[in-house]
Amino acid sequence: MTWSATARGAHQPDNTAFTQQRLPAWQPLLSASIALPLFFCAGLAFIGLGLGLYYSSNGIKELEYDYTGDSGTGNCSVCAAADQGRAPPPPCSCAWNFSLPELFQGPVYLYYELTNFYQNNRRYGVSRDDEQLSGLPSALRHPVNECAPYQLSAAGLPIAPCGAIANSLFNDSFSLWHQRLPGGLYVEVPLDRSGIAWWTDYHVKFRNPPLVNGSLALAFQGTAPPPNWRRPVYELSPDPNNTGFINQDFVVWMRTAALPTFRKLYARIRQGNYSAGLPRGAYRVNITYNYPVRAFGGHKLLIFSSISWMGGKNPFLGIAYLVVGSLCILTGFVMLIVYIRYQDQDDDDEE
Amino acid sequence: MSTERDSETTFDEDSQPNDEVVPYSDDETEDELDDQGSAVEPEQNRVNREAEENQEPFRKECTWQVKANDRKYHGQPHFMNTKFFCIKKSKYAAIPQISTLAWYTTLVPLLLVLGVTAIKDLVDDVARHKMDKEINNRTCEVIKDGRFKVAKWKDIQVGDVIRLKKNDFVPADILLLSSSEPNSLCYVETAELDGETNLKFKMSLEITDQYLQREDTLATFDGLVECEEPNNRLDKFTGTLFWRNTRFPLDADKILLRGCVIRNTDFCHGLVIFAGADTKIMKNSGKTRFKRTKIDYLMNYMVYTIFVVLSLLSAGLAIGHAYWEAQVGNYSWYLYDGEDFTPSYRGFLNFWGYIIVLNTMVPISLYVSVEVIRLGQSHFINWDLQMYYAEKDTPAKARTTTLNEQLGQIHYIFSDKTGTLTQNIMTFKKCCINGQIYGDHRDASQHSHNKIEQVDFSWNTYADGKLAFYDHYLIEQIQSGKEPEVRQFFFLLAVCHTVMVDRTDGQLNYQAASPDEGALVNAARNFGFAFLARTQNTITISELGTERTYNVLAILDFNSDRKRMSIIVRTPEGNIRLYCKGADTVIYERLHRMNPTKQETQDALDIFANETLRTLCLCYKEIEEKEFAQWNKKFMAASVVSTNRDEALDKVYEEIEKDLILLGATAIEDKLQDGVPETISKLAKADIKIWVLTGDKKETAENIGFACELLTEDTTICYGEDINSLLHARMENQRNRGGVYAKFASPVQEPFFPPGGNRALIITGSWLNEILLEKKTKRSKILKLKFPRTEEERRMRTQSKRRLEAKKEQRQKNFVDLACECSAVICCRVTPKQKAMVVDLVKRYKKAITLAIGDGANDVNMIKTAHIGVGISGQEGMQAVMSSDYSFAQFRYLQRLLLVHGRWSYIRMCKFLRYFFYKNFAFTLVHFWYSFFNGYSAQTAYEDWFITLYNVLYSSLPVLLMGLLDQDVSDKLSLRFPGLYIVGQRDLLFNYKRFFVSLLHGVLTSMILFFIPLGAYLQTVGQDGEAPSDYQSFAVTIASALVITVNFQIGLDTSYWTFVNAFSIFGSIALYFGIMFDFHSAGIHVLFPSIFQFTGTASNALRQPYIWLTIILTVAVCLLPVVAIRFLSMTIWPSESDKIQKHRKRLKAEEQWQRRQQVFRRGVSSRRSAYAFSHQRGYADLISSGRSIRKKRSPLDAIVADGTAEYRRTGDS
Repeated sequence: MTWSATARGAHQPDNTAFTQQRLPAWQPLLSASIALPLFFCAGLAFIGLGLGLYYSSNGIKELEYDYTGDSGTGNCSVCAAADQGRAPPPPCSCAWNFSLPELFQGPVYLYYELTNFYQNNRRYGVSRDDEQLSGLPSALRHPVNECAPYQLSAAGLPIAPCGAIANSLFNDSFSLWHQRLPGGLYVEVPLDRSGIAWWTDYHVKFRNPPLVNGSLALAFQGTAPPPNWRRPVYELSPDPNNTGFINQDFVVWMRTAALPTFRKLYARIRQGNYSAGLPRGAYRVNITYNYPVRAFGGHKLLIFSSISWMGGKNPFLGIAYLVVGSLCILTGFVMLIVYIRYQDQDDDDEE
Repeated sequence: MSTERDSETTFDEDSQPNDEVVPYSDDETEDELDDQGSAVEPEQNRVNREAEENQEPFRKECTWQVKANDRKYHGQPHFMNTKFFCIKKSKYAAIPQISTLAWYTTLVPLLLVLGVTAIKDLVDDVARHKMDKEINNRTCEVIKDGRFKVAKWKDIQVGDVIRLKKNDFVPADILLLSSSEPNSLCYVETAELDGETNLKFKMSLEITDQYLQREDTLATFDGLVECEEPNNRLDKFTGTLFWRNTRFPLDADKILLRGCVIRNTDFCHGLVIFAGADTKIMKNSGKTRFKRTKIDYLMNYMVYTIFVVLSLLSAGLAIGHAYWEAQVGNYSWYLYDGEDFTPSYRGFLNFWGYIIVLNTMVPISLYVSVEVIRLGQSHFINWDLQMYYAEKDTPAKARTTTLNEQLGQIHYIFSDKTGTLTQNIMTFKKCCINGQIYGDHRDASQHSHNKIEQVDFSWNTYADGKLAFYDHYLIEQIQSGKEPEVRQFFFLLAVCHTVMVDRTDGQLNYQAASPDEGALVNAARNFGFAFLARTQNTITISELGTERTYNVLAILDFNSDRKRMSIIVRTPEGNIRLYCKGADTVIYERLHRMNPTKQETQDALDIFANETLRTLCLCYKEIEEKEFAQWNKKFMAASVVSTNRDEALDKVYEEIEKDLILLGATAIEDKLQDGVPETISKLAKADIKIWVLTGDKKETAENIGFACELLTEDTTICYGEDINSLLHARMENQRNRGGVYAKFASPVQEPFFPPGGNRALIITGSWLNEILLEKKTKRSKILKLKFPRTEEERRMRTQSKRRLEAKKEQRQKNFVDLACECSAVICCRVTPKQKAMVVDLVKRYKKAITLAIGDGANDVNMIKTAHIGVGISGQEGMQAVMSSDYSFAQFRYLQRLLLVHGRWSYIRMCKFLRYFFYKNFAFTLVHFWYSFFNGYSAQTAYEDWFITLYNVLYSSLPVLLMGLLDQDVSDKLSLRFPGLYIVGQRDLLFNYKRFFVSLLHGVLTSMILFFIPLGAYLQTVGQDGEAPSDYQSFAVTIASALVITVNFQIGLDTSYWTFVNAFSIFGSIALYFGIMFDFHSAGIHVLFPSIFQFTGTASNALRQPYIWLTIILTVAVCLLPVVAIRFLSMTIWPSESDKIQKHRKRLKAEEQWQRRQQVFRRGVSSRRSAYAFSHQRGYADLISSGRSIRKKRSPLDAIVADGTAEYRRTGDS
């Protein structure tokens, strides 16, 4: 071509790497020298990770108890029998007794678990008003339509907090008692229920409306509690930092779960004598049984669990890593064999 | 005129197809006639028919009336092209039960898509307007208010009197009134119309020539023209001029058609008859159709498929929801929503909910992304320096930006000849005089053309200096005069022709009826025998400086039967000589027995033919005075015969053209464009078949076929009559076999030819009509059939019509099958319409992608018909380019356009589409899997904002860049291995199978993307005991894994990693995290608490190593199998491209790759001789008609300045 030699024509295209599609480029080929080491290295790495995860998960101790109260499963069945129909059922108490032969390594976390509870149902999940929950007075008075039918009370007052999620707030409560010596006194184990919600939820997403005359109750004046609630939202706790929309139980509940079986943190046990864990001995959990789940075939569980670097107990990821790692190595071998076979053939072709 | 005679013979139904003429019978086929008839009620028709029959046939055709200088008489349609686009506002229905996504999730991408489309349309529109404007604003002079005023083309209206100057384009079909030339001759070049660059002359009526020369008379001219309605017949025109109470007949010789160029005529005046869209060239250009690519159609079907899948999935999930409501939902008190819907009604509502949630499966942004990619690829074509023709400063241009990938799928190329394959420049190359060949390089040791010195013609004052000749010996011979034959030879060339000369500023300008003839006369001039002037019966030649005038006693003109022309002159000494030149076949029959150089010349002819030069034989003879006197009497008698004059003349000519003495032979090169044979062989290797469609003569076309290596020595050439018999036999066969089985018989076609061997088909337009039953049926027959009187008759008629139709279709199909078995097809003597028809046939029956390439207005129809039209630009005409999809300056750029740009575009588009479908499925179907765990409640698995931005920001740029920049092998290797092109022809990279594989890949990916996080989330809690198993963290986990997976996947698909690719891939991922952290930040929540609901999720979730491990595992499981499968398939079944990529380095090392040398392997026996490669005969008629040629001309300004001067009278009558 002669373009470089002669003077540039008026319509001559630019001679740049981009316009001439000659951009410097790396043209990776999936050659054996890349693919095979990749598989072997990945396989080994995954197996290593898998082992780590598996043992971490296995090292976590869990103690769980289904207190739904299906007939013949413990003393909660009385309450369960009383739990018919819709909330609120009559308050009822029951207990779960267990004993620890050895120290339950701490820190120990107390969870409640619900099964067959579809917090991720679309209809349910949208039934909330984030503006109201972030403390906007206007939203407090005028909850969004998504909250219906928990938008306005029968009397026409705006419901605060509105919506189905808030209305179905989990309201069982637990207290843990420890009997150091057989036949001794049960001592209440302090449950730390202050830091159970995400920092961002507690500090950003959920705010109380501005106080009126220094009173939260007045701020909520003119609103109605959700129909299932026995107390208005500003009386959820006597602690002013834990009441109203920033009540930690409420905040935890409002962070809806991804799957129909879910756990939510109830309390940490890390105070006083229990900071190292739960010492051996007999324990009793007093349960205030309020929450009806049997109508939809759900279960309620109580779980004591310890925690590792990777979180709670879940063997899935460790096993998955092990399987994938082994498959990688297996595939690597298959590829190696195929490569060797066809490499020969290829060479023959060329000669 | 000869054209009239030609058309008569063509219309004659029973005649054998004539190879020499361009048939026009296809203008009015039976269909059209039928259409005309069926539009009117039979009753009325009968009346009309009777009325018509009573009228003289002439009048009924003349329904178009044009009044000179009267604009109100007729309006002219403008040819502006305006396109409006409107953005449809889609209302996003906000029904609370259904709205499962926030309004912005679909509106934002939609607006973006519409916005980009609107911008693109706007740019296109502006460009088109500019183009229209350029043409519309060309100027010419129009009489307004009694004066000539400069006006724009768009303002020209029917009835205007306009003035055109030399080298102007004719803006409309106009009636020539007068010109600056004697007798109001006007020379025009019709290259735009029929591809012929030789000049043609038009002559005005005597009356207008006489009275309409001056501005004032033109301004008051009030003639009324009655003529036929606008039609597409380029060489026919019937009409009358009614002026001064007299009728004057008009024919095509008085009409200048739009698209012609005025040549050698200072100015001319004309009356606009047809303008704008009514002009013949516009009528001929066929309908502009909206072209779409195969992939477009495929893509549409795929989108329909996806729609079906979408509805099925939604329906399934809706049923699931109804069931779940009945089983669980109804008993879940916490779900109570105050509505009393039955489960099935809830299911129904959820159906629509899922339609909305899963709508991202249907790629809205697909279409706009495809457009963007194509636009970019078009720009790469425009920018390509290797398709830039520096000589004419013409870059390649993609005029349509929507067809690029189709360039990678071409099966058939239909090429024009003149100006496309050839440069249409004839040059005198060699000659053989007295058995001695001249024109070779004498110095055998030198091989390079550049080093050999050209012959210096400076001794000759008449030389134009443009002729490149290398044989110095010939000059010595001429100058020394040792061999009288050498001088005789060039004298013959100077005297025996019908060229007309025009002297301006001492320069000789020759106007030849054919470029060959021009080349010969020009050669003689350069060698010292310059043709200076001619009158009716003299011819003046400068013989090596001395001027001599000869009496021309007779011109025995060329026609296609005679294939020769002769001239009889009397020298100043009084001798009478006949000089003759013609095709070797006819000359050799007429030679004197005693010709010593017969054999040598024969050998020379063969040598010339092998070099694909076009040859002519030259000879002369002395005639006795007595003999001539005798013959002249017969000649005079024959000249005045009223019937069959041509035949009579031919007979007389035959008598004198005998016992000739051979002088030698000339060899003319019809110069091919650079690189044509290489390009054709490259394309042939890419399995592309090339058909040449030309208006030229059969011999010429065949010559060119050989020259460009389309035909080779071992090619068996079949002609029209051969295949006609084959087709007849086939039809017989089919009819015999037909009957019962006809409908069920699978179309298994046994080949027409035995396998093996190289076959080519050369067919003329007339044969094409014959074979395809396109002949015009006699009007009377049609009329008889047209008005069925009884029910029976009507039934019979429709039945026969249907049978005819079926037969026609069968024949067409057979013909196409047959033609496609040939490696090359050359159609000659075809009309623009036939060119289009041939393209259409292949398109229709072969279902193959076709490309038409041409340069002239006669190719416009074909260019518009083919899937892709390519125009050769840089020539003078723009018609072909204007209607083409791609244009460039040289035929050889076609290989780069197809093998490089086409192939890349195809590969890119296929990769792009496959990836696009994959990515959307992987993205969307996660909702589907999630629905099994949320009660089929149309819950989304992602944050709304992620859904909004996924297609727009997080996954679009890398795939767009891949679609723009990817290349599997470099352009050099693409050209070197044309076999790489075949994947596109066979649709291997994108078809339904590939589509479903992509979908499956997407489905599997979505499963992995959902189920691995699901397993990880089953029980777990966060590192600090807080719940990470919430919905929002889950959504973030899946979304992160998805974004990383699809971006890495595109990384795997990219085979050409530039820094932009790398930047876009990692940039997309970074952008995702950046935007996510922003949207989840406290600040934005404070501002819009209800719009950004995921506050804190990203920071809380992505701080957990557990979630990162989940994401890593998910990505690995998505990608590693892909890597393994690719590796295995590449190792076990490597594709052509894989192999080449593998040996890329080695191939690069072979820098010195030798191009295959052109090898001419023509056999010794063949010879190709041709003459006057024009549709027309020479100018002999004009020369001998007595109209003076050497007349004084008035300069243009004399007329303009002195309107009253009676200049015309000074000339002779």
